[in-house]
This record gives sequence, structure tokens and C-alpha cells, in this order.
Amino acid sequence: MSKSYRDGLPISPEKFVDQLMRLKRGSIGRREFLGLTGLGVATAVMARELGIMPAPAFAAESLGDRMSIATWPNYHDPQTFENFKAETGVAVEVNVFGSNEEMLAKLQAGGSGWSLFVPTNYTISTYKKLGIIEALDMAKLGNFDGSQEDARFTAEGTIDGTIYAVPKNWGTTGFAVNTKKLAKPMSSWKEFWDTAMAEGDGRAMVHDYQLTTIGNALKYYGYSFNSLKQDELAKAEELLLKVKPHLFAVSSDYQPGMRAGDAWMTMCWTNDGAQLHRDIPEIAYVLGKEGGEIWTDFYAIPKDAPNKPAGYALLNYLMNPKVAVKEHLANGAPSTDARVNALLPKEVLDNPILYPAADLLKPLEFGAAATLTDPGRAELMARFKSA
Amino acid sequence: MRGSLLRKNILTALLLAPATLWLVVFLVLPFIAIAIFSVGERAPEGGYQAALTFAQYANLPARATAFWNTMVLAPVGALACLFVAYPVAYYLALRAPQRWRLILLALIVIPFWTSLLMRTYAWMYILGGRGIPALLAYVGIEDLRLINTPGAVLLGIVYGYLPLMILPIYVSLERLDRRLLEASADLGATPLSTFIGVTLRLSLPGVMTGFSLVMILLLGEYLIPTLLGGGKVFFIGNALVDLFLQSRNWPFGSAIAITLVLVSVVVLIVANRISTRLSGARRVDLI
Repeated sequence: MSKSYRDGLPISPEKFVDQLMRLKRGSIGRREFLGLTGLGVATAVMARELGIMPAPAFAAESLGDRMSIATWPNYHDPQTFENFKAETGVAVEVNVFGSNEEMLAKLQAGGSGWSLFVPTNYTISTYKKLGIIEALDMAKLGNFDGSQEDARFTAEGTIDGTIYAVPKNWGTTGFAVNTKKLAKPMSSWKEFWDTAMAEGDGRAMVHDYQLTTIGNALKYYGYSFNSLKQDELAKAEELLLKVKPHLFAVSSDYQPGMRAGDAWMTMCWTNDGAQLHRDIPEIAYVLGKEGGEIWTDFYAIPKDAPNKPAGYALLNYLMNPKVAVKEHLANGAPSTDARVNALLPKEVLDNPILYPAADLLKPLEFGAAATLTDPGRAELMARFKSA
Repeated sequence: MRGSLLRKNILTALLLAPATLWLVVFLVLPFIAIAIFSVGERAPEGGYQAALTFAQYANLPARATAFWNTMVLAPVGALACLFVAYPVAYYLALRAPQRWRLILLALIVIPFWTSLLMRTYAWMYILGGRGIPALLAYVGIEDLRLINTPGAVLLGIVYGYLPLMILPIYVSLERLDRRLLEASADLGATPLSTFIGVTLRLSLPGVMTGFSLVMILLLGEYLIPTLLGGGKVFFIGNALVDLFLQSRNWPFGSAIAITLVLVSVVVLIVANRISTRLSGARRVDLI
């Protein structure tokens, strides 16, 4: 009988990491929480430093035995990485982030150690301009089939005809309403803002994010979500300052408030909308008929990736529709890939929160890089928050 | 003679080396870095771009509200902590039975083993609609909203920083010479005037230590107002987080950080002065 130091341990290292990850995925493990704390990075680093990352059973020569990916919380099926490790021997260390800006800061500082990461559409041109990401070598991504992708989603990852990033999934930014508390049917951003100052007084939430909060205030007047025009932004500011005293909170962590019934209405991203509606059916998800935001999260490979072969291998693995379909079932966001949609169950495809009607999608705009980095909008947001 | 002096100096240097190295690497160097950032410019894509300008400092009025809110929150929060902490420290030091004292002290310190963030998140759920308001609904008090109110923020602050206030006051009261109290009573002072003239007066160094500790931490506080106040009131801490992690305007953030550090230093000096004067010109170290 072989004796190992592991015998008789109360918990195996793998179990411990599992438990830790489960805790992290728990009801408070969202972007906001991780963003505030940097806990995602901390746990990932600890797992590595303490040597409790499971060692691979064998090491494939060209791929190495480990790589790391930077992504969002609750965004992958953990089994995907287990299966990848079983097939290739490469253990995947997952770093979870709270915002695109944090990812950018880490990559800009260099030595992030990531071989794959998940940026949102409006950051890709900035990454390219700063020379942080490289054009993808499509020969290594045999599982990706551009002809099966909706061009609306691939476009944001392609700059001057060169592919820098391939889509992971897409989504929208609308608002969630507790229809038991606010029975009046709503279908527009105008109604969202007006209700926040009337029946929804003290019960409405907006994101702590200038892109969406200012963008959706612009929609009240029918202006572009991405507007940088002085006069249009001034109107949006006027509205925001008027609404401010009536708000329940300015926070991107809106699930606790909505679930507890303290908040009745909130700006909301697709995944959260789907999760809230799944658990509390009276919470509806509404897309403003004036338009608003549509977004895509992409996969890209940093120029300084320490293990590019493994980065490509994992990306190619994730582009396999059979693998991707499990990812979508786990994280609940809609897919850009027709081959994946063909494999998804009917109730997912029929869910109007995930796959809204085409006429609702039509007026939606992708957030632009200039919108996100505009100093004027940042200052407007600061004035709104300090009002 | 000279040899022993040299040896003593070497010993002193060796003893101070780890702390000095630590402070240089983790305090002085970062401070120099943000001082340099603060006279720079924001790069077009965000971050830092070398320059020599005081534009960031000239722009400080754009965060005047945040400074003002912080300057109100810090002393008010520290005062609230003081009023809750003093009776507790008094009881622990002068009234609690000896055999209970250690256990009670441990009970005050134990919550510190859990991160403030976790404990604040717990309050978010306790004060949220499915927490205390749900319990109160059972006894007929309906539709009470506790979360995202100024009261919730104050509660979070007092809860989070209480031990930092209790411990220094406890230490100063514990050292109190009981004979002074007896002497005061013998000389005909009422319990109240004994408390004001002797107990309170002699515990002032502890009070000032606790007060400045809590106040300085509150100057940078942003988590509790964000989580329990709904992010509706904007503090310097929030402004810093936004500038570094959202709009990535590092130079402006650095200028604000430098200003905040200077303000903290002034607060410390003033607190030290007051404390020295009140406790009868005895020099008092703050920590």
C-alpha cells in the first residue's frame, strides 16, 4: 500500500480549490464584488503560490503544462477547463476581473502572464492601438468558422480587415423591472427615467458606469448612446441630476437589491436579467425601444503571452461548437455562432431575454472606444455621482 | 568606548533596517511615483503621460464636493465611534470583573479576523429587504427601508471601526491610577466631577489616538458608503477609485491622492497638538 502525505488530509488540494471557486461563484461573487476587492486575482495568485493548483497528469511538450486566462466571473463552465486539461495536459489558471479598465491597466503594465483574455468590444481598438494584442493566426483556429458568425458581432473584433479577436458571446443592456411593484407596462428608456422619478421613487438603480448610465440618459431624448456632443451631453446631465435624488442606488451590483425587493427597477445586463427572471419570474427584462447598448465579449491573445501555443489551443478548443454550447448553458449569454445556436435547447433560443426580437435589436448600438475613454463623460459621471 | 558606540550604532541600524526597507519600498517609492504622476498628463487612451504641469492641481475644485463630503464624514464617523466606544472601554477597564476582561477584549478583537469587506457585505444582507425589515414586517412594521440610507452608512462605520477606538481608550483607562479616583472622592468631588476632572482628562491621550486613527482611515473610506449607502454620496475614496479604475485618469487621481495625504498629515499634527495640550503638556505618541 502506498503512503502519501495526502492520505488522511481533511480535504484534498483539488477539493479545496473547488470549494474556493464555488464560494467565489456564490451569490455575492459578481463583477462588482471582485472589482472592489481584487479578490479574483488574489485567489488565483494564492492558488498558484501555495502550489495547490492541480499538477497535470502529463505534460504535452509543445503546449507546456499550464496557462492562465483573464475573464469575467460566472462566465465559463468550470468543466470546460477540466476537460481541456484532461485532453492536453495544460492546467488553466482562471483570473477573474471586475472591469475592462482593470484588465487594460494590468496588460499595459506588462507581465500579466495571461495567454488568453476576454475583452469587451469597445476596448479592442485601444488594445490594438497600444500594441497590446496581436493579429490572430487563424490557421491555428480551425474550429472558428467566420461564415457561421453573425457579421454584426465579428465586425468589432476585426480592424482594417485583420482579425484581432473572435467573439465569445453577446448581450444587451436594458432594464429589469419588478412587475409586482411597478405594474404599468414599460417599453422605453423615457419610461424608465420618468418612472424613477414617480412611482419608482427611491426604488430605481442605475449602473456605476458612465458608458451605460450616460448612454441611456441620452436615449431619453433619442440621442445616440455614444454621443460626445456638448449640447446633447448637457441635456443628459440635466436629466441625471434631476433623477439623482430619487434613486435607490448608483451601483452595478444590482442583483442583491432586486432580489431583496428593496429595488424595483434597475439598469441591467442580459445575463443578470436572465438570472433574475429565472429565479423571480415577476422580474421582467425590458429593452428600450429607442435603442441602447448591444455588446460582445471577445477572446484575444496578448502580445506578451507567456504560453501562446496553449492560448491558441484553448481558444481553438472553446471555438468547438460542442464545447461552446456548454459554456452558453453555464453562463446564460447568447451565442454569436450559428453552429452553437443549432445545438442550444429550444427554450434557450425562445427566451426573449437572451434572444430578443430583431426589431428590438435593430436600434441598439455598440459602445465605442471613444465613448469609454472620453474625459468629458468621465467628469459628467463624477458630477452626477457627487450631486 | 568608541568601539562600543560603533557597535551600538550598527545594532541600531540592523534593528531598523527591515522596517526602513519596508517603508522605503512600499511607502516612499510609491509616494514619489504618484508625486511624479500628479504633475503629468492623462494619455489619450488613459493612464499616464510624462509632462510637467500643475493643471491636475488646478482641477482639484472639480472634486470639491467629494472633499467636502469626506471632511464631514470623517469627523462625524469618528465622533459616533467615540460615543459608542467610550462607555465600552470604561466598563472594560474599570468595571468589568477581572476574569471576564480578557474574554470581553477577545470578543471585541475577533471580528477583526474577518475582512471588513466581508462584514460590510453581511450588513448589506442584514439591512436589506429580506433581513431586518422582513423580521419587522412580522410584527406589523411594514415597508421599512434601512439599506442605502445615511443611517446604514453610519452604522457600518461605527461597526467597522469600533475596535480601533475601544482599544486605545481601554489602554489609557487601564493605566489609570485608582488612587487618584479615591483622592478625588476624599476631597469631596462628586462622581461626575471626578469623572470629568480625573478619568476623562487622563484618558484623553487614548481618546485622541483612537479618534485620529479612525478619522484618518475614514478619510480614505469608500467601501462602506458604496455598499451600505448605495453609492449615492461621493467621497474622495470613490473619486480615487473611479479615476484609477474607470476613467483611468492617473495624473488627476495622483494629485487628489497627494492632497489627501497632506490633509491627513495636517489632521495628525493638529490631533497631536490638542492631545499634548489637554493632557498637561505631556508628550504623547499617537500610536
